[in-house]
Amino acid sequence: MSDDRHEDLLAQRESVHEQEQEREDTPSVGARRAAAALAGVANVPGVAKPDAILVADDMSRHFGGVRAVEVEHLEIQRGTITALIGPNGAGKSTFFNLTTGFDRPNSGRWSFDGKDISGAPSFRIARQGMVRTFQLTKALTRLTSLENLMLGATGQRGERLLTSLLRPTWAAQEAGIRHRAEELLARFNLAHMRDEFAGTMSGGQRKLLEMARALMVQPDMILLDEPMAGVNPALTQSLLGHIEALRDEGMTIVLVEHDMDVIMSISDWVVCFAQGKVIAEGRPDDIRRDTAVIDAYLGTHRSLQEDQT
Amino acid sequence: MDVLAVLSVAVRGALGPEAAIYALAAIGLNIHFGYTGLLNFGQVGFMLVGAYGTAISVLSFDAPLWAGVLVGMACAVVLALILGIPTLRLRGDYLAIATIAAAEVLRYLYRSSFAEPVTGGVFGLVQFAGEFYAVNPYTAPLELGPLRFNERALWLMTVAWGITFLAAGLVWLLVHSPWGRVLRAVREDEDAARSLGKNVFAYKMQALVLGGVLGALAGSLLAINSQAITPDAFIPIITFYLWTIMILGGASRVLGPILGSIVFWFLLTFLDAFLRGAMSAGWIPGFLLAPSDIGAVRFAAVGLGLMLLMVFRPAGLIGNQKELRLDVR
Repeated sequence: MSDDRHEDLLAQRESVHEQEQEREDTPSVGARRAAAALAGVANVPGVAKPDAILVADDMSRHFGGVRAVEVEHLEIQRGTITALIGPNGAGKSTFFNLTTGFDRPNSGRWSFDGKDISGAPSFRIARQGMVRTFQLTKALTRLTSLENLMLGATGQRGERLLTSLLRPTWAAQEAGIRHRAEELLARFNLAHMRDEFAGTMSGGQRKLLEMARALMVQPDMILLDEPMAGVNPALTQSLLGHIEALRDEGMTIVLVEHDMDVIMSISDWVVCFAQGKVIAEGRPDDIRRDTAVIDAYLGTHRSLQEDQT
Repeated sequence: MDVLAVLSVAVRGALGPEAAIYALAAIGLNIHFGYTGLLNFGQVGFMLVGAYGTAISVLSFDAPLWAGVLVGMACAVVLALILGIPTLRLRGDYLAIATIAAAEVLRYLYRSSFAEPVTGGVFGLVQFAGEFYAVNPYTAPLELGPLRFNERALWLMTVAWGITFLAAGLVWLLVHSPWGRVLRAVREDEDAARSLGKNVFAYKMQALVLGGVLGALAGSLLAINSQAITPDAFIPIITFYLWTIMILGGASRVLGPILGSIVFWFLLTFLDAFLRGAMSAGWIPGFLLAPSDIGAVRFAAVGLGLMLLMVFRPAGLIGNQKELRLDVR
């Protein structure tokens, strides 16, 4: 690698840090609203939130002798970015799978937007407005980017077997969906990939595609499983921008992430898992100093560094 | 050896009713595998219930032939439901095992002596499609040089190819609709489709039923074509011919099965006629190939051709080669 290229990368990295700093210093509308809503909430595990969109009770999932998830009570505040952190195998993804119906718990009840959805099949939960993405991206490789997005729209008349044969019954709706899909592609800088098979995309583009596709469902809440994993710093910034913009529009976002810089810069609330249990939750600054979190996840080195700044 | 005669035999094979019937059954298989990703290794089972549904309705219940065909299709719906309800919730390989077993179970059931009063057992059923030939509008054979189709074959070809192209048109309409988009999404990744609120099980069931019904229709036509059916005509190898046809033409292409079937039957009949001709002309010495082996050798040649195709054109003759080269990460 030439020196020029190296300096470019350094400059890029620096600008990324500046943006992160700026984000922490000047909170957006949504961030201020979320902070105000969560102002009076104590930072203890299982605390009640003023306006919870997702409420889980006594959720447990065992794999043989392993207690992958044992959550007594957890609430997710509406209109916030909530980050789930914790060591590998702490049960974050399993918790995602359970709440979205992709796995069945051994016990537990959970409700979304006031409606009990315990044990509902995954597709029905998605239709209710709670949509997830996957840790290993699931781009539909032999569908074009546009088709990937158009698939996401719900309530399509043309998706029923008999009406699908009668184009006039769904042509207008299809045009509307296409328009919305094209807007989202443009918003996620994928417009040039419109008619390319999703299988030709890079890993980072697939992450963007998956997020855009989930938005086509027009959800109230979106669960992102490691959205930044394997994504370069510049693209991470643009993804973070998209996530914040969604929160500012009033959407609820839950994300699993390991990059602490990312977590601290964008989340309004952080929940820390360890060995299947929620061991701590609170604002990012509370979590940074929480001894339980330091012992289980962050490690002393990391926390000291944060304290000094 | 008369080259023109050999070619005319091959063309007759490629355009004959069998080619149309196999194309129709392969169109059903294409809905299963090409568009939905379902591994159905028992398509012949759907053909069997279609054929017997038709013949039994006519012979045992004095139903008109058209009603018999409908009964055959209804039997396919029932078979698809019985197969699909327990297996479609599981991973794809389970459906493959269940379908191949179900087709064999059906064959043994229909040929058992316990079922003989209705199915005719191992002897099968004959003479049930008189109505079909009674309404034959053709009164003279068609002759194009060395190519000759008699009235009976013409009538069968008209109906069989007509139905096959109608089915292809239906599939075109379906796969170019949002319904087809969901089907292809299910093929690519079931969980992704689920996460977007699609009822994957319902779509897989619809695809299984639809493809099965086309298979049953092909079975009915096969029965009408030969006016005689025995359970042992519906052996598993038929399913694998259908897979060959679908892959040869190009899976997940509307016209793939039709082209595949024409090429498949052309090669089979061409090789058969060619080898026989070459043998009687003394081009192939007797110690190398006995006349009784020709049937096997032509299938071996088709197999070899299929292997070469997979190496050089893995997506089939009209498949989208670019689509297949995508790495599925």
